[in-house]
Amino acid sequence: MRSNSKKALFIIPSIILARGLESILSDMGEFETLGILTDLSRSSETRLRNMDADIIIIDPIVFDYESRANIRSILAEHSSAAVIAFTSYPLSDEAMKQFDDVIGPFDEPAAIIKKMRAALEPRQDASKTEGEDLSQREKEILVCVAKGMLNKEIADAFNISIYTVITHRKNITRKTGIKTVAGLTVYALLNNLIDLNAFE
Amino acid sequence: MTTRSSDRHTFSASMKLADLIDIDFNLLGVFSRMGLRFGFGDETVEEACRKNSVDPDTFLLICGVYSIDGYMPSKESLKKVDVNDIVKYLHQSHSYYMNVTMKTLADSIERMMEPCGEKHKAIIWKFFSEYKEELSKHFQYEEDVVFPYVGRVLNHTEEEGFTINQYEENHSNVDEKLGDLKNIVMKYLPQECDGQQINNVLMNLYSFENDLAKHTIIEDGILVPVVNRLEYHEEQ
Repeated sequence: MRSNSKKALFIIPSIILARGLESILSDMGEFETLGILTDLSRSSETRLRNMDADIIIIDPIVFDYESRANIRSILAEHSSAAVIAFTSYPLSDEAMKQFDDVIGPFDEPAAIIKKMRAALEPRQDASKTEGEDLSQREKEILVCVAKGMLNKEIADAFNISIYTVITHRKNITRKTGIKTVAGLTVYALLNNLIDLNAFE
Repeated sequence: MTTRSSDRHTFSASMKLADLIDIDFNLLGVFSRMGLRFGFGDETVEEACRKNSVDPDTFLLICGVYSIDGYMPSKESLKKVDVNDIVKYLHQSHSYYMNVTMKTLADSIERMMEPCGEKHKAIIWKFFSEYKEELSKHFQYEEDVVFPYVGRVLNHTEEEGFTINQYEENHSNVDEKLGDLKNIVMKYLPQECDGQQINNVLMNLYSFENDLAKHTIIEDGILVPVVNRLEYHEEQ
């Protein structure tokens, strides 16, 4: 495999469709198929976190109707890849706008590649600072979270937007695997980021 | 363990209890919660259930959920469900989780933290106690509000206002905390902790998580739709 080719991951329940897409990518070069997940069970989520995909192609049918508007945010917990929907039926506007683009089973291979390329474009210059260790800023924010500060208070304290705080928090959770405030507090205490006495 | 769809009919009322356990030992918990005691000799599911006043179809349905991943009860099987048996099962699970599982977990955590300093012990212990407290509150709500409501629906004496759909909201936080505990134990404990004891705690956490997931399926996939149907019939 070419090392500079972009890595695509499929989350598509139909093996026939997923394999078809895989063969298109392999014919066209440029993208390499990293793997195929047929669902988003807990073990698939773990695999998703460990696959360093540049782009995810997902069939929204993996999610039940109510969750379909939140696919992007669910995936964002596990991966920072671009996300393209692969679907043979029309999506609601609400569901559409969370994806970087939408492809279907009747699209021409060249059109698929073009959309995938376009989805990755805004990311080209965003340098990858994705170590698994928390950055200094993330540590500072983690400490605030552990102290019980609200997103708004944290945003004010660092003079950043509330959305930036949320992004930091998502990254902290993705890196540590810990979701709750109580859990993050334990993490901060065990790693000596805060002192037990100061905390009580 | 049976996961293929071709195995869905693995369990039947004419099978011997001992064979069920042999097929999937995870069913041990289901047996005890449904009140089936050991010493059952060569009894079949049918015989044992009749003897203990448990509906065999409901028992088999719970066994199916327990041992087949992704098992979703059919509409037909939901029609035959004995709601009292489901509630009894859920109630027994609650007390098993609080009285047995949490004790085992607490003991294993205590052994795991044994070599650590007081500070680390306190941190972990506080998190675990809070989790236990939250879990207990969650169960208590079901015991105090949901199950009595189900009883009233069965007796046709329910009042306006509450419906069964309202109750499935607060699962997520307890699940997240359990996930956090797993990650903390697996990845972030101080080096003094004994590997074998960490292993032990993780086995307990994973098996509890698995049990709890099945428990949730029985609530959301059996109890809720069945009570929903009863509510609907009431309105007619």
